[in-house]
Order: sequence, then structure tokens, then C-alpha cells
Amino acid sequence: MADLQYQGHLHTLQKELMAEYYASLTASAEGSGVPAAYLLIGGNPVELLRAFDILPVFPEVNALQLAVRKQSLPHIQAAEFMGYSSDNCAYVKADIGMYFAGRKTPFATIPEPTLLLCNYVGCNVYLDWFGHLSEYTGRPAFQLDIPFIRTRSGTPSRDDIVYVLRQLERLVELCEEITGKRLDWDRLREAVRLSSETGALWSKIKHLTKSAPAPYDAYFDSVTMMAPLYCLRGTPQGLRFFETAYAELAEKAAAGVGPLETERFRYVIEGPPPWPHLRTFRDMFSRWNAVAVASTYSTVGGLWEFGFVHDPDHPLESIARHLLEWNLTNRNFLQRYAQIERYLEEWNASALVIHSVKSCRLFSAGQGDMREYFTNRGIPTLLVESDLEDPRYFSEAQMRNRIDAFFESVGHRTAVQGAGS
Amino acid sequence: MRYFSGVDVGSTQTKCVIIDERREIVARALIDTGANIIRAGDRGFAAALDAATISRESVVCVAGTGYGRFKVSFGDLQITEITCHAKGACLLFPGTTTVIDMGGQDAKAISVHNGEVADFVMNDKCAAGTGRFLSTAAEALDLQLDEIGEISLRARNPVRLSTVCTVFVESDIMSYVAQGKKIEDILGGIHSAIAARTIALARRVGLKPEYTFTGGVSRNVGMVNMLEEKLGHHLNVCADSHYMGAIGAALFAREHAQAALAG
Repeated sequence: MADLQYQGHLHTLQKELMAEYYASLTASAEGSGVPAAYLLIGGNPVELLRAFDILPVFPEVNALQLAVRKQSLPHIQAAEFMGYSSDNCAYVKADIGMYFAGRKTPFATIPEPTLLLCNYVGCNVYLDWFGHLSEYTGRPAFQLDIPFIRTRSGTPSRDDIVYVLRQLERLVELCEEITGKRLDWDRLREAVRLSSETGALWSKIKHLTKSAPAPYDAYFDSVTMMAPLYCLRGTPQGLRFFETAYAELAEKAAAGVGPLETERFRYVIEGPPPWPHLRTFRDMFSRWNAVAVASTYSTVGGLWEFGFVHDPDHPLESIARHLLEWNLTNRNFLQRYAQIERYLEEWNASALVIHSVKSCRLFSAGQGDMREYFTNRGIPTLLVESDLEDPRYFSEAQMRNRIDAFFESVGHRTAVQGAGS
Repeated sequence: MRYFSGVDVGSTQTKCVIIDERREIVARALIDTGANIIRAGDRGFAAALDAATISRESVVCVAGTGYGRFKVSFGDLQITEITCHAKGACLLFPGTTTVIDMGGQDAKAISVHNGEVADFVMNDKCAAGTGRFLSTAAEALDLQLDEIGEISLRARNPVRLSTVCTVFVESDIMSYVAQGKKIEDILGGIHSAIAARTIALARRVGLKPEYTFTGGVSRNVGMVNMLEEKLGHHLNVCADSHYMGAIGAALFAREHAQAALAG
């Protein structure tokens, strides 16, 4: 297989812009005076921080960057030595280990937090993570209590929205206290406007993979775009990145160019990647000429492709809606099924792969039922398991065996269906 | 005469089968895989050639399968043992709908439709339900692996294991030995626990007869008996069940060679 995995201008720009972002983290760590808030990816309200010139720091992004660079294990082991269980989320352990190792990483020195903003409370481990960081750093932790979506329709009630709005107002007061500045509503509206345009472009990018061949892999290439989506959203640089990415990928779609020489299988994938073994994992699909045309993981930070747009005229309310309604992690299982069904149908995919991660029982619980749900509907579904951060849970031989057997079977099924049609 | 071979390099044993153009098995070979996987494939193939008394040149196509399939350096193609077990099972038992495969370190259930894999599940990072579990139990009782199945058939009051963990089962066994439980009852409990676990695995692809039992553990008469009892259904099993992956691979080798000839 020729290595055609896409490395275009968007990758160069991503590296450049993310390097600038990490340089700003290092500068803050070294005393630039710019405050930093730690927050979580799920429905992240970065726009509010932009209005106060607070740097957003995503411990999950830092942890996965450590894993990709094969630097996570010593930090995980250091945290386990401190007493964190082997069953605990490895994102948490890598981050805690890194914190006590002086916050130095190959990509940045991570600043001490000015504020710990726990914006996703659906995971009790995450609540404790930020609680522990608050204890270690002596900095305040603000828990945004976001109610899970509990309705079949997937729409939050007005009470839910007001409940979150009131908390955001208290968060504004806290940010005012920390920075000594009043909220500049014009700046907030501008950040939300930039997010609105960025989200619209990201949505258009997500829809490009409906083309055959898909112009990029919606799992392995989407992750390149996810870091700017969180770390740079609400800034002109973030918008510039997505304008570049859309232009480039739309051109590829129009030219009928995909990430592989041939697109034999179009599949949907659920679950986070095994970051410590990303390349190996990708190759297991590429050798089958299998391209992910949609991934649920790329919607953990926001679900723009199904209609969400930030509204600059109602900035706090649209941040509340983003937190509540428009990110995967806050959605119920029926919505998760419906999302995958839409991908299978509208993105014309013929198989589903579920990558379950040991670290995140909250997200992985129920994936056995999910496999059954789709298998019973005639969708070839593979469930494999490893981890998103801890390299010890990835068994290459077992993983390869399952993926090979799966595509052998899907290949046969496709051939039979083709012969019968 | 043209021949075709399947080489199944498993985690514990390497199986090699040679078939002829009529899909008749002309030779089998079974060796321990050992630490050198590449050599295991070579040795298995050489042993099968010896058994068949044919030359290397008369085997026109070789398919590798099993965990070491990519290490069968002389192989013309590689296919997973999941697909191969289904293929082999459908040759020997054409009515097969569900394959239960218990190997050295794997337990699998494969649902078969029109002779091909429709769905499969495997044990994950746990040796319960595999040959390794049974050999650990045999070692703990100072018995040979080949004899525990037969002894388990004599169980009248099988014990209830508190674990199906391959590591902790030893202490469970020792505890029952200390209590004076009969060996056959301990082995009855072991076979019962593992059969139950394997059926729970198989339930995930749907329990649909006809069942075909493959892999090294299919030689264990106690396990065959226990699975049949718990399933309430007959299991297809034969002397070649242990070789099913290699048989399937040989069939693919034959198809591959024929397609190459036709194409």
C-alpha cells in the first residue's frame, strides 16, 4: 500500500498554529501574566474565556499529546505510585503524573491553573480530577453542573437552559474576580461570532466525507482538526485554520481524491482512538482500503454537523445550548444510536467499528448493547477494546486479528450483495 | 496431482494440512509452536509434506492462518483463523451455523451464514475458556491435559468455582483439594464453569444450531459433553476438529490457486 495518508497545507498550518498556542501556554507558565483556565472538551465554553483573555488549557488534549508522543506511561505509573488505581482513567493519571513532574512536556510547559473549570460533570472521575487538581494547586474549581439530556427528543427543557445560564452568570462573576475586569460583552459576542463561522465550516468539512471517495478519513484525519477546534475556536486564527481546511478538502472532494489509493470499505467508527498506537491502528484499516467516513469521537467537543450554530446575539444562551445539547458526551444512548444511524445512511457507510476504551467506563458502558443493536439491524459491527492513553492495554496481535477477520467477512458480504444485485 | 496447504500457526500449537484437488485431506501435522514462530510454520509444513510423501513443488498454493499467519514466509496468502475455522467447519459439517472454537489462548464463537462468517466474538485479554485455563487446572491437579476430560465425566457433585481466572483458579482448586473434594468433582466444576462462560460468549452471536466445535479443546471429551449438556444440543466434532483452521486455510489456498488459473 502506497502511503498516501494526507499531509497537506492544513497539516502544516495546524502544526504552526498549535505551536503558537503551546508557546502561549509556555509563556504563561513562565510568568507572562496571562491567566490560564483548565477545562474539559465536552461542550467546552472557550468563548467565555476569550472574552476575559484567559488561556484555555485542555488537560485531555495535553494527555493525548503525551500519549501520541509515547510519553504517557511514566506519568501514568507515577500517578499509580501515588495511589491512583490501575482502573482509573489514564488521562487523569497521565495529567496528574505530568503535573508533579513539573508540568514539562515535549510540546509546552503547562501553566499552573488560575481557574479549574469543570464544564463536564457527566463523568464523576472528571469531577474528582478537577477536585484533586484544585487541592494540589490551591486554585478554585468551578463545577458547571450540566444536566444530561433526558428526553427522547434530545432537546433540553427551558428549565435546564435557565439552570445552566444562571451558572454561567456566576462563572462570569468569578472570571471578573480573577481577572479584575468586567465582562466585555462586545468581545464575548465577537468570540461567539468567530465560533459560529468556525463551526459552520467544520460542519461543511464533516459533510464532505459523503463524497465517494471521502476526501479525508473522518477519524484519523479529523483528529488533526479537533485540536484547533478546541484550542483555537473563538479566535481569528481558529477561523483561518478552518477556512484553509475547508478549501483544501473541498478541492480534494471535487477532484475525487481520497486518503488512500482505493476506497474499498466505508465505515463509521465510535469511540476515541488508541492514541499511543495511533499509526499502528490506522494501518490496520488502511491495509484493507477502509476509510472512516464518519466518527462519533469527532463530536465530543460539539455536534455542529447536525445543525448547531453559535448565536452572537445570544452568546450565553448559545454557550449553554452547546454545553447541554450539542456535544456527544452529554447525549443519551438513544441519541448516540440515532447519530450513528444517520452516519450509516447519509454518509453511505456499510459497517460500524466500536473502539471501546478501558479508561472511560462512562463512555464505553453500553457499547456491547450498541454492537448488538446494530448487528440486529444487519450492520456488520465490530467491537474492539484497548485504551486511549495507557499503551499497556493495546494488544496488537489481537487487534489486528479482529480487524482482519471483520473486513474479510464484510468483504465477502459486500461481494455476495454485489453479485445478487 | 496438485496439492494445497493450510498452515495454522497458533499460540500454542501449529497445525498443517495438505489437501488435494478434490478437497480430500492427504496429510496433517501437529507440532508445538514454541518461541520461534517462523520456524514453527516451516517445521509444520515439512512434517505434513513428509506425512503426505509429496514434494514441496507439488503444493501449488499455501495459505497461512492463526496468530503467526504473517510469519508463514512461504505462504501465498494470509487469512484469519476466524474465517478459516468457519470455512473448514462448513466443509466437514455443511449444516454448520455456529462454530465454537476453543484454542490455546483464544475462545471464539462464529456465526456462519451460507458458509461464510456473518459475525464473531472472541475472549478479550482473559484466558478463561481457553486451553490454557484447562492446562493450568491439569497442572494444579498433577494430571495430564489429555486425561482431565475423561475424568471429569465421572463427576457426580461438581464443585462451584469462585473464579474463572486462569491465575486464581489454582488457589480455588487447592482449596477444594484441601477440603477433600474428589478430583472428578473438581474437574466437573472446572468444565462446567468454562462451558458456561463459552456459551455466554457464543450467545453474543446468537445460539443457533447446528453447532460445530473446533480447536484443540474439542479433543477434550469432558468439554464436548458439558457444552452439549448446557446447550441442550448435539455438537459436531470429529478427529479433524483440531485442524479446522488449517483445513479452512487449505481450502482458501485451493480457491486462490484455481482463481489464479482461471484469471
